[in-house]
Amino acid sequence: MAKSITQEFVKGLWAEIPPFRLVLGLCPTLAVTKTVQDGIGMGMATTFVLVCSNILVSAMRNMIPSKVRIAAFIIIIATFVTVVELLMQAFTYPLFLSLGIFIPLIVVNCILLGRAEAFASKNGVLYSLADGLGIGIGFTLALASLGAVREVFGSGTFWGTPVFGSSFHPFAFMIQAPGAFVCLGLMLCIMNLVGKK
Amino acid sequence: MRELIKMVVVLTVLSAFSGGLLASLRNGTKDKIEYQQLKFVKGPAILDIFKGAANNPLVDRFKIKDGNVERSFFVGKFDDKLDTVAFESYGKGYGGDIGLMVGVNLNTDKILGVGVTTLSETPGVGSRAKTDPDFVAQFAGRPLMETFKVKADGGQVDALSGATVTSRGVAAGMTDAGLIYKRLKPKLEEKLKTFSTKAVKTKQGEQHG
Repeated sequence: MAKSITQEFVKGLWAEIPPFRLVLGLCPTLAVTKTVQDGIGMGMATTFVLVCSNILVSAMRNMIPSKVRIAAFIIIIATFVTVVELLMQAFTYPLFLSLGIFIPLIVVNCILLGRAEAFASKNGVLYSLADGLGIGIGFTLALASLGAVREVFGSGTFWGTPVFGSSFHPFAFMIQAPGAFVCLGLMLCIMNLVGKK
Repeated sequence: MRELIKMVVVLTVLSAFSGGLLASLRNGTKDKIEYQQLKFVKGPAILDIFKGAANNPLVDRFKIKDGNVERSFFVGKFDDKLDTVAFESYGKGYGGDIGLMVGVNLNTDKILGVGVTTLSETPGVGSRAKTDPDFVAQFAGRPLMETFKVKADGGQVDALSGATVTSRGVAAGMTDAGLIYKRLKPKLEEKLKTFSTKAVKTKQGEQHG
């Protein structure tokens, strides 16, 4: 517990960046990173739920009996996921359409329950907020970078605008499921090579 | 025993609180979500059918009970007359239901236009029902109250080559639309007599920012 709030925040961006280091939350990582927008949208939705659930879990950590803590965490997480789902439908409907079933599925994302159990239930509100924000932003960055690689090579566009000349033939493999696995594998490999030193 | 009571109380309070929060949020966003769905799912097809209408058909809508289901009707205003409506019907395609928005003129009983709203057909094959405008354009001008069949089945509809199941689904959906129209026409006419448009022509989406 000697770490500062800043350290708790920063660790989510590199040392514990969820999909690459902890290899958690792979379902949305693989499924919704066809484009940069989808990746960022998913990351932001997850960040919102993560920050809110971390704060609430941490604030209630002394009230929740340990035997029913998982059930309580899931209620908290599910509530915020539904909030996000309703808000996205009301305000960013096209994004909601392209993310589809993966928005309600945030509730079973290991990162959320993992952070609630491993961090928020043992630490104070401010630390939990920093932890949630850091992990959430790290997750968003990971999804965005994976989305960027897949979109650029798979559709020849970045954020919807073409980046190559008309002679470029999109590498359709990249936006399908196998492309996601290959891409994630290569990124994990790069992360490990860089981090090894 | 004390622990047991505590567990029950904590979970109950938590569930009640989250239930209350979600219920109020749902109420608060209901209209907005309905409008968004209209705008992005059905909207393009509706606005295409009512091209050149003097009102906003997405706002000028009403519901009529048809047996157990409520159907939404969208009203188009042409030449100061409210005699065109559009509504949705469904036909069974290869990958699920195909939603069709059918516009019809109540004076002539003729089809004003047809648009595909939702479909989950094979990309590049059955999905052409939505992406190829020529396919649905063939329905415009035909009388709605007839049985639609693809040409291979002895009917009048030009099928999409290689996508017979989808084409049959669309034809079945059109036939169903004819039946709905036949059933509800008296109610529709009555409703339109007293219906007045809510707003003069607005730019699409301005209503809800």
